[in-house]
Amino acid sequence: MANPQTLDIVARSATTTPSPSVRERPKVAKLIDESICIGCKACQVACMNWNDLRDEVGENIGVYDNPVDLTPQSWTVMKFYEVEPEEGNLEWLIRKDGCMHCEDPGCLKACPSPGAIVKYSNGIVDFISDNCIGCGYCVKGCPFDVPRISKVDNKAYKCTLCSDRVSVGLEPACVKTCPTGAISYGLKEDLVAYAEKRTGELKERGYKNAALYNPEGVGGTHVMYVLKHGDRPELEGLPANPQIDPSVSVWKGVAKPLALAGMAAAVIGSFFHYMKVGPVEEPTGDADDTGATPPPSSTDSQSNNQEAR
Amino acid sequence: MSKMLQRYKDSERMNHWFIAITFFLATLSGLTLFHPSMYFLSNLFGGGPWTRILHPFIGVAMFLGFLLMFFRLVKDNIITKQDREWRRSFGTMIKGNVHNLPPVAKYNYGQKMVFWLMTLSLLALVITGVMFWRPWFAPYFSIPIMRIAVLIHSISAVVLIFTVIIHIYAAIWVKGTMRAMTRGTVSEAWAKTHHPLWYKKVSGK
Repeated sequence: MANPQTLDIVARSATTTPSPSVRERPKVAKLIDESICIGCKACQVACMNWNDLRDEVGENIGVYDNPVDLTPQSWTVMKFYEVEPEEGNLEWLIRKDGCMHCEDPGCLKACPSPGAIVKYSNGIVDFISDNCIGCGYCVKGCPFDVPRISKVDNKAYKCTLCSDRVSVGLEPACVKTCPTGAISYGLKEDLVAYAEKRTGELKERGYKNAALYNPEGVGGTHVMYVLKHGDRPELEGLPANPQIDPSVSVWKGVAKPLALAGMAAAVIGSFFHYMKVGPVEEPTGDADDTGATPPPSSTDSQSNNQEAR
Repeated sequence: MSKMLQRYKDSERMNHWFIAITFFLATLSGLTLFHPSMYFLSNLFGGGPWTRILHPFIGVAMFLGFLLMFFRLVKDNIITKQDREWRRSFGTMIKGNVHNLPPVAKYNYGQKMVFWLMTLSLLALVITGVMFWRPWFAPYFSIPIMRIAVLIHSISAVVLIFTVIIHIYAAIWVKGTMRAMTRGTVSEAWAKTHHPLWYKKVSGK
């Protein structure tokens, strides 16, 4: 995405001071109700259309998944799962995959390039591709395996939640186009309430484990699902308890500044050691041509030296 | 002026300085990606993307340089019984009293530790570095594996940087050491004081 003057950046990658955040917007979210989704892929088309992306025509792998996975050009993809949640009860689950827009985004935490990833006050996590250096750390930071790096320009891409549309009061393109109303967009709290209502209705219909997917481990997400089998999100490729890997959160959060301080301390410590103890010099008479002055205890050292021999 | 003893051949010194230069380049470009406060270093390499592109090549160059050095020096860096004795005197040594140390051959225990820490950390750096080297090798490794690789890579880098700080400081602290690498020679007095067993061997006394 471009870099709009939003004045409401609440988190910015590799940045240790606050970013312009004078403007605050209410938290938004997108809710994907898989029980209404018919897998038509209109959202995929709308996403391509609005964002002006055209993926290469891929291979048919024998199922509806096309493209098979997210790519730098396909920021949302319908995924189809044939599962048997209960013995003998085949179900076809369809999930619109894409960025979850975590409240605590692992990509942003992992990113080493200042301002390549930002989070706006409304909760949208956006890649500012101009600042991307192509290192791939966001891929390791993401608990959902979402960012894709282009082989052409070595920049990371993912769903922007149509931050450009949202900033001028429009809903995301996929929401606008969804023919069944399976994707809705609005204030996060409203959508959470709506999702509760939907899961209640699903429970009445017999999906007793229907639930809202808004995982706590990443502080909640700004893309949420109503799942028919909310107790087993892994049935359709969602992690049950997603969280930022400790190798990213702990190491980046605490250990690296400490390591840096340690390095500085080692250099400063060495300096003071030199000033306190002084250099180790060779015994008198044998000083080399650097013109070093003999140490005061030269007689001692000479005798010790003899012993050592 | 006392007699000078040859400590390093020209080829060994050139090898050393090649490693030193690539170390500094790899460290400065690596620190860029280590912590935001060091990101300004990317300017030395032509910006963020260039830093990301160059860092692994510099690292591999350093590793190859060190590999050569490793085979040159490994036989003098085997830890021996005397090293354990030397280690016990570390406390007095650090206070500047270097004249009561057990006799040392070409390298003392501290130098040997530097050698082995550099060997191990560089080995870890090059192996883990390749694992998330974009765009060529990263696609062959899974995300959980790469997460561990990144972690080990940065821990090894910290170990290496600390080791080099000690390495450089020791050379500054112990006068007459630096010229072993700048000129290839050391004074007899230096050799007798710091490496008496090596002195005996090379001078035949």
